Amino acid sequence: MTFVAKPKVHHPLLQFNEIGLTRRDYEGAVSTLCAGCGHDSVSAAVAIACNELAIPPHRFAKISGIGCSSKTPSYFLGASHGFNSVHGRMPSVATGANLANHELHCIGVSGDGDSASIGVGQFAHIVRRKVNMLYIVDNNGTYGLTKGQFSATNDRGSTSKRGVPNLYSPIDLVSMALQIGASFVARSFSGDKQQLVPLIKAAIMHKGFAFIDVISPCVMFNNHNGSTKSYQYVREHTASMVDAQLVMPHEQIEIEYAPGTLKEVDMPDGSVLRLRKISESYDPHDRVGALNHVQRAQEQGDVITGLLYVDPIASDIHEVLETPTAPLNQLGEAELCPGSEALTAVNAGFR
Amino acid sequence: MTSYNDFVIRFANVNGSGSASANGMFAKALFRMGIPVASRNIFPSNIQGLPTWFEVRISEEEYFGRRSEVDIMVAMNAETFEQDVASLRSGGYLLYDSTKGRDPKLARDDVVPIGVPISRLILSEFTDPKQRQLFKNIVYLGVLTSLLNIDFSVITNMVSTQYKGKDELIQPNIHALEIGRSYAQNYLDCPLPIQVRHSERLGDRIFIDGNEAAALGAIYGGATICAWYPITPSTSMAEAYEKHASKLRVDPDTSENKFAIIQAEDELAALGIVIGAGWNGARAFTATSGPGISLMTEFLGLAYFAEIPAVLFDIQRAGPSTGMPTRTQQADLLAAAYASHGDTKHPLLFPSSPRECFDFAASAFDFADRLQTPILVMSDLDLGMNEITSEALEWDDSRKYDRGKVLGADDLDKMEVFGRYLDVDGDGIGYRTLPGTHPSKGSFFTRGTSRDEYATYTEDPDAYSKNMDRLLSKWETAKTLLPAAEIHSEERRAGIIYYGTTTTPMSECLALLDEQGIELDTMRIRAFPFGPEVVEFIDNHEIVFMVEQNRDAQMKMLMTNELDLLPSSIQSILYYGGMSISADFIVDEVLSYYQTNNIPRIKVVSS
Repeated sequence: MTFVAKPKVHHPLLQFNEIGLTRRDYEGAVSTLCAGCGHDSVSAAVAIACNELAIPPHRFAKISGIGCSSKTPSYFLGASHGFNSVHGRMPSVATGANLANHELHCIGVSGDGDSASIGVGQFAHIVRRKVNMLYIVDNNGTYGLTKGQFSATNDRGSTSKRGVPNLYSPIDLVSMALQIGASFVARSFSGDKQQLVPLIKAAIMHKGFAFIDVISPCVMFNNHNGSTKSYQYVREHTASMVDAQLVMPHEQIEIEYAPGTLKEVDMPDGSVLRLRKISESYDPHDRVGALNHVQRAQEQGDVITGLLYVDPIASDIHEVLETPTAPLNQLGEAELCPGSEALTAVNAGFR
Repeated sequence: MTSYNDFVIRFANVNGSGSASANGMFAKALFRMGIPVASRNIFPSNIQGLPTWFEVRISEEEYFGRRSEVDIMVAMNAETFEQDVASLRSGGYLLYDSTKGRDPKLARDDVVPIGVPISRLILSEFTDPKQRQLFKNIVYLGVLTSLLNIDFSVITNMVSTQYKGKDELIQPNIHALEIGRSYAQNYLDCPLPIQVRHSERLGDRIFIDGNEAAALGAIYGGATICAWYPITPSTSMAEAYEKHASKLRVDPDTSENKFAIIQAEDELAALGIVIGAGWNGARAFTATSGPGISLMTEFLGLAYFAEIPAVLFDIQRAGPSTGMPTRTQQADLLAAAYASHGDTKHPLLFPSSPRECFDFAASAFDFADRLQTPILVMSDLDLGMNEITSEALEWDDSRKYDRGKVLGADDLDKMEVFGRYLDVDGDGIGYRTLPGTHPSKGSFFTRGTSRDEYATYTEDPDAYSKNMDRLLSKWETAKTLLPAAEIHSEERRAGIIYYGTTTTPMSECLALLDEQGIELDTMRIRAFPFGPEVVEFIDNHEIVFMVEQNRDAQMKMLMTNELDLLPSSIQSILYYGGMSISADFIVDEVLSYYQTNNIPRIKVVSS
């Protein structure tokens, strides 16, 4: 995990966003991951999405666990604070960070080892808690940093680089998130920026817990013919359900390439989420339907991608806890300390 | 000869039978008569059906330690009857339910039996079986008001206050009290030679347990986030925080809560939430016990190395492993002080009274912010869960929170270079920034991996060592900041060291030793790391005792390790049976040391 700063030179063709920043302002340090790693595409997609949303980069808080995926917050949004915490515990750290200041956009990056094995308990519980954040899993079905052990998302029968088959059932984080009650659940593929960028934008603007499982092949240990998470396998078996495009109220973006019907979803922040359905029958507001769909496809060996479920009027943890408009970390003595007079009354209650 | 306000009474009950509220009322009534009291609940790790005891020490001298022999036993549990009779001192009083006659197991003729047909008295007055069970407790309370000469109006007022709003319960309760009271007046010799009377000793003091006081301290200290996982004996602290914050921290105009409480999925997540909040600039804490500390060690290492403020309350119970979950010990010191792998150490605070739980809780947040590290407040079950006479809580309105070295946007604008881990001031503490502060300056990456002064990842040996050495320099700064040991010295030959709840029996212990011709200087440890006064005290005494409630002499180990002392320089007095340590136990140990080593009982040695 060597740090290489990226030189900042402004290219004359770089476009400025609404707040006068360019794509370069949303990038981070140079990645030290292996060349061709899917995770780098995810990082790039996050940077593009944040640039397009024109949110000041320092208004994000990036939190991760441990593993290849968890290194990636160094590689995007260099002007924001990042916290590379401990293995499988990103959800709790993100919960605390979000409780302290709800005004920051919280992005959590985790991997399949981090979220589906050591951190599966924390994953389940952050879904329950409705923390307002984008939770990305860079899912490659393998332990990259420790050189290629199977992870819990690896499909049964999928083989390791040495040809040994995986004997155990996979954990599907998308199904878990749907079942436990996440209000935004999507799956995408790291190589499909057209789909991934709008999904990330929509997830960042979603008020509530937004989960995106990104199949992100490991070029070193899980990109061979026997793997079900290789570039080749996923490209051949992807059945894209829905294309999501976040449209800000002031800037209507039409989807040009996707045929079919258009569905508008009103977001609590006033923006409109427009969903282009590929399948006529798919309803992204039907949690049970989504669960069925994902699992049926899984049985057929297909990967459903797209926005699988969204609850446009979801609430978040701060609404549940009825916290103030001002972030808790900005309250001082005047707001927090009840003072000596109140303590006199407290004392009287103990006599 | 009649004695006043000086006895120990123990109630033997079955848990889940409603005895807790009657017994609590008894203790509070005496407190309201102005008498210094300490209560102790000795309960099983169970909800219903097992033996439980409640003990009240009434002491005009303010001796609040546990005493192994009791003066009055209220024996309401047939299962433990034999054992309960045995725990009475010779000449003590045994109050029992005589409905079925005198229990043959009452084989002692050196105690005074007081039989009251409680069940029979109840039977004719109440029909509901649940009421019959509950009011047995109220009847013996009524009997005790006569036997001990307790002001009856104090008790009836308490009943009225307690059931305010449920008025239909007031009359039956008072009726049950009167049944007991009039039976005693008609058939028993009242009052007993040991009895109570109104006292003026209390002043403005309060009757409170340490967990509730600590929770109030967290509120006054500005904690906005409490993340916790239920574990005895710490649960009541998180619950008290919620109870009091719901009154003291709700915006009167908007009804918004200026606090957030998360019951996490486990202790790991609880501390993770605290650390995430601390990283983002909110004051946050968790309350737990030994098993929770074990689970939290990973995060404690992260917070130490990444330098993130956090406050933990360890309400210690008897270990190891699940141990005795409802018994008290001071056995987490080493686990807490050196929690986590690698070279780590954490400041500890040792409150010894509810008032100090309040003070240390509030200060812990200042220490954590100033030192940018986790602070562990080491309470225990005895202190945390038992109500005791304590100094009233005080707050100075001019006090400002010390938020430590946090740079704002204006500070950053004025700076050329920001290095998160640069030791600018020479105290080992760098300046930190909070996420979202400045568009282009001051952002950094927090990590549990090694990094240089500018928070950039490095495996360079010199940069790594320099960082580890700076953490040691911060450790030295901690010594100047944390509460110093409290020392009473008259340059005697021998001294005694104690901390936390071993303080409780100490005044009685010193008085008893004085009667035996042994006078001791004292030192009460209030924090780890130790200040220079600690070494000085040990160096200046030929004999040094250390009283602890654990098997392995953990405070002694911390001292010999950190202060480079010879282990033989401290004589351990160790009690680890899970009840709180008594003055008698300490006195016996000191006397036996003097005898074994043929040490003359000289009071003062002139130097």
